[in-house]
Amino acid sequence: MDKRINIAIYLVILAFFILLIRLWNLQIINGDEYTRVDKRNRIRIINIPAPRGIIYDRNKVPLVKNKPSFDISLVKEDMSGKTMDYEVLGAFVGLEPALLKKKIKNAASTPYLPVQLRQDLSFSEIARIEARKSDFPGLQVDVVGGREYVYGHAASHVLGFLGRLSTSQRRSPKYKNLPKGVYAGQYGIEKIYDNVLRGSSGKKVVEVDALGSIIQVVRIQRPIKGDDLELTIDIRLQQEAERSLSDLTGAVVAMSVDTGEVLALASAPSFDPNLFVRGINTEDWQRIIDDPEKPLLNRAVQGQYSPASTFKIISAIAALEEGIVNMSSRYYCNGSIYFGREFNCWKKHGHGSLDINNAIVESCDVYFYEIGKRLDIDDLAQYAFSYGLGRPTGIDMEREAAGIVPNTGWKLERKKERWFRGETLNSIIGQGYLLATPVQMARMTAAVVNGGKLLQPYLIIGDEKSGRAESEIKISKNTSDIIVKAMINVVSAPKGTGHYAKSEIVEIGGKTGTVQVVSLTDDDSEVRAKHRDHGWFIAFAPAEKPELAVAVIVEHGGSGSSSAAPIAKRIIEAYYKNAAGSEVEAAPKKGDLL
Amino acid sequence: MIDRRLINNFDWSIFLIMMTLSVISVFTIYSATRPLLDDVQKIYYMKQFYWILLSLFAFIVLISIDYKWYARYAYLIYAVGIILLIAVVIAGKKGMGAQRWLHLGFFSFQPSEFFKIFFILALSRYFSGMRQGESIGFRQLFKMLLIFFIFPAVLILRQPDLGTMLILMFLFISMTLTAGLQKKVVITIVIAGMIAVPLAGNYVWKGLKGYQKHRIIAFIDPQADPQGIGYHITQSKITVGSGGFFGKGYMKGTQGPYRFLPENHTDFIFSIYAEERGFMGSLLLFFLYFFVIWRGFDTAKKARDREGCYMALGVTYMVAFYFLINVGMTLGMVPVVGVPLPLMSYGGTALLSNFIALSIIENVSMRRYAPYY
Repeated sequence: MDKRINIAIYLVILAFFILLIRLWNLQIINGDEYTRVDKRNRIRIINIPAPRGIIYDRNKVPLVKNKPSFDISLVKEDMSGKTMDYEVLGAFVGLEPALLKKKIKNAASTPYLPVQLRQDLSFSEIARIEARKSDFPGLQVDVVGGREYVYGHAASHVLGFLGRLSTSQRRSPKYKNLPKGVYAGQYGIEKIYDNVLRGSSGKKVVEVDALGSIIQVVRIQRPIKGDDLELTIDIRLQQEAERSLSDLTGAVVAMSVDTGEVLALASAPSFDPNLFVRGINTEDWQRIIDDPEKPLLNRAVQGQYSPASTFKIISAIAALEEGIVNMSSRYYCNGSIYFGREFNCWKKHGHGSLDINNAIVESCDVYFYEIGKRLDIDDLAQYAFSYGLGRPTGIDMEREAAGIVPNTGWKLERKKERWFRGETLNSIIGQGYLLATPVQMARMTAAVVNGGKLLQPYLIIGDEKSGRAESEIKISKNTSDIIVKAMINVVSAPKGTGHYAKSEIVEIGGKTGTVQVVSLTDDDSEVRAKHRDHGWFIAFAPAEKPELAVAVIVEHGGSGSSSAAPIAKRIIEAYYKNAAGSEVEAAPKKGDLL
Repeated sequence: MIDRRLINNFDWSIFLIMMTLSVISVFTIYSATRPLLDDVQKIYYMKQFYWILLSLFAFIVLISIDYKWYARYAYLIYAVGIILLIAVVIAGKKGMGAQRWLHLGFFSFQPSEFFKIFFILALSRYFSGMRQGESIGFRQLFKMLLIFFIFPAVLILRQPDLGTMLILMFLFISMTLTAGLQKKVVITIVIAGMIAVPLAGNYVWKGLKGYQKHRIIAFIDPQADPQGIGYHITQSKITVGSGGFFGKGYMKGTQGPYRFLPENHTDFIFSIYAEERGFMGSLLLFFLYFFVIWRGFDTAKKARDREGCYMALGVTYMVAFYFLINVGMTLGMVPVVGVPLPLMSYGGTALLSNFIALSIIENVSMRRYAPYY
């Protein structure tokens, strides 16, 4: 009996030793490891998004607002081990049970990674969820920095919008260290200056209990707000430009003649950037994508059009500078000219005898054909290049188009063909291969009237590019005076093609252009509407000491005289009314798309 | 009435260790239920304190009654225990998915907690009736199995209370082995067991409740689902492990108050203690328990009669099993079965039952020299 009790004692001692070894193993050998796990048990890191920089217009009017939006997500692992009741949870967060189940099932299997259930909940929904959150451990409400574009459509192409990072963006060093699920600029200034506006997000280290409820905040690293940006845009002028383009397709660029500041840059049709803020829905996206007028295209910098007769300004400068014509040189226009083939003037019955001034004022093609017969295409191209055509202006916008200035080299390279003299006659009146963007034409206009300073157009005040002339164009004072005078006459002379731009308020100078889309032979009105000419108008004001240069293109608007010139006038008049002070128009309602 | 010799023979070491552990218990419960998440300190520690006072009173009353009376009425007490178990099955109160409580108007208690002691008394009475040098044969073993094991085990499994059932099983095996089995019985059981366990295993597995199966799966592989069924084990190991050599210090533990470790003041009180007191503190605790167990075995060896010997032995086995299973469980070595740590875990009935159990060792120890019997 005692022997058996002794055996029992030895067995108990053995068992104690086994437990002690285990205890040693846990507390001494693996103690550090468990201490780490124990810490992780209690610490969670919550990202605090940095408020994005605000974008203002030149008069410090805020064009965007930061508006927090509330998302709700679920940490599956925190659902306290209970089986998920999709019906109850779905009803609670306002999701179809089937959809909820799909979202949770499809989510990545990374433990503790919250699965986003819904975005942009209303304040009352959030209040309701917060009140009963304890019944649903694992549900969390995230505050996400949202963005509101105060003026809706206005300046949408300039401001751009935010969106989720694409897979390739996430890999690029430009977006390194950004928290997951963050929204970044995906268009316009929001994209180009994303690193400036973004700021750096903060972190909140919190102690949580097993249910994931926050017990205390251990450490806060405050987010650093992104820098604000001040645009050169005047929102009142911008709105006026967009109003004058309403129902039309086209673009307007208005810039300061002396500095290159862009006061308005409009492209129609436009879009409402508010639709993109938290990921655009499929329906809206389809609507924008399927629109034949392509609202996402920024016509002011991406649209390439034949400059048409507006280019005659360059041709005239070239002719005067190269000594082909002078102030008193006259040619006779009888409606056409023969140079290998028949070249027609836009005015069937001809202009009669004209000098260079009248040729510009009445936009006579034959006069310029005569110049074209005598001018080398490479010389003409050189003048076009010096006025900034054929290459991007470098404005702070994405995917700016370069346009085309053809010459013999270009023709050989692109068309594998030598240059035909007849093609010079097309180029000299701005047709043929020539292509230019509205922003190029605005800059060209400024350079013509500011004494030859080719400026860098820019959108951000305080930008290092500000006011810097890219180059000085060397032309004689005489030539310059002839051209500026002629442009003033385009608007003010009785026979001037730009008389629709004539203003009571300020004296305006300009030049019309009409791009033939197809040569029209039949009178079918429907065909006519679809294939009507594009209208150009480049303008400056005031005549005596130019301050503002404007370029307007209206697609299928008909002649530049009738479609584009009144718009240029409206913007220039608005510029002078604004200088006297006027109210900013309230934003259109959200969701009102085009 | 009270013999001076009884006081002279009083084993102070058992009593002092018992009281020491009780005090540690109150402090540990206080720390484990610190209101880091709420504003109000839960009153568990006060309840435990009141139960200690009540249990101490019971202890003093019980040691003043000669254990020969226990032996005399052992079978009657055992029958009452069985009736209480039946009552629980019929009229018991449900709590935590199991039906273990009997509600008696003014207070509730778990009859199975006391039944273990009744069981030890009855078995002791039976073994002491055997002739000197007699060992247990087949017929006797079957009779005992039926009366002392299968019947109560079925009732307790109905509750279900796997922990108590296992303790009864271990008590039955260990006490029978100590009493002495015939060699051929031992050999037959070992061979039969080797054949039967694989065959019956599947059937037993199917008979287990879902949560009982989970506990076993979780024990075998706690990482399989650290947030689900393996949660207790993983969290308990983290709690113990993070204590290190010297511990985090009293009132510095976090796992319990932050509710990472559930049932921290009951079955997992050792984890909390080990977290705050570290390896050194745990070593002290091990020593205290071992000392009590050793005193128990020693008392059994020196008891004045076979009734006393078996009673002290049974109670000592019980304390040892409780300690080993509970600590093994918190260290992740034994599947999680609801077994409290004697004297430390929060719970009035268990505390009272443990004091009663130790009172039996003390009772036997005090009366070891009684020439006039």
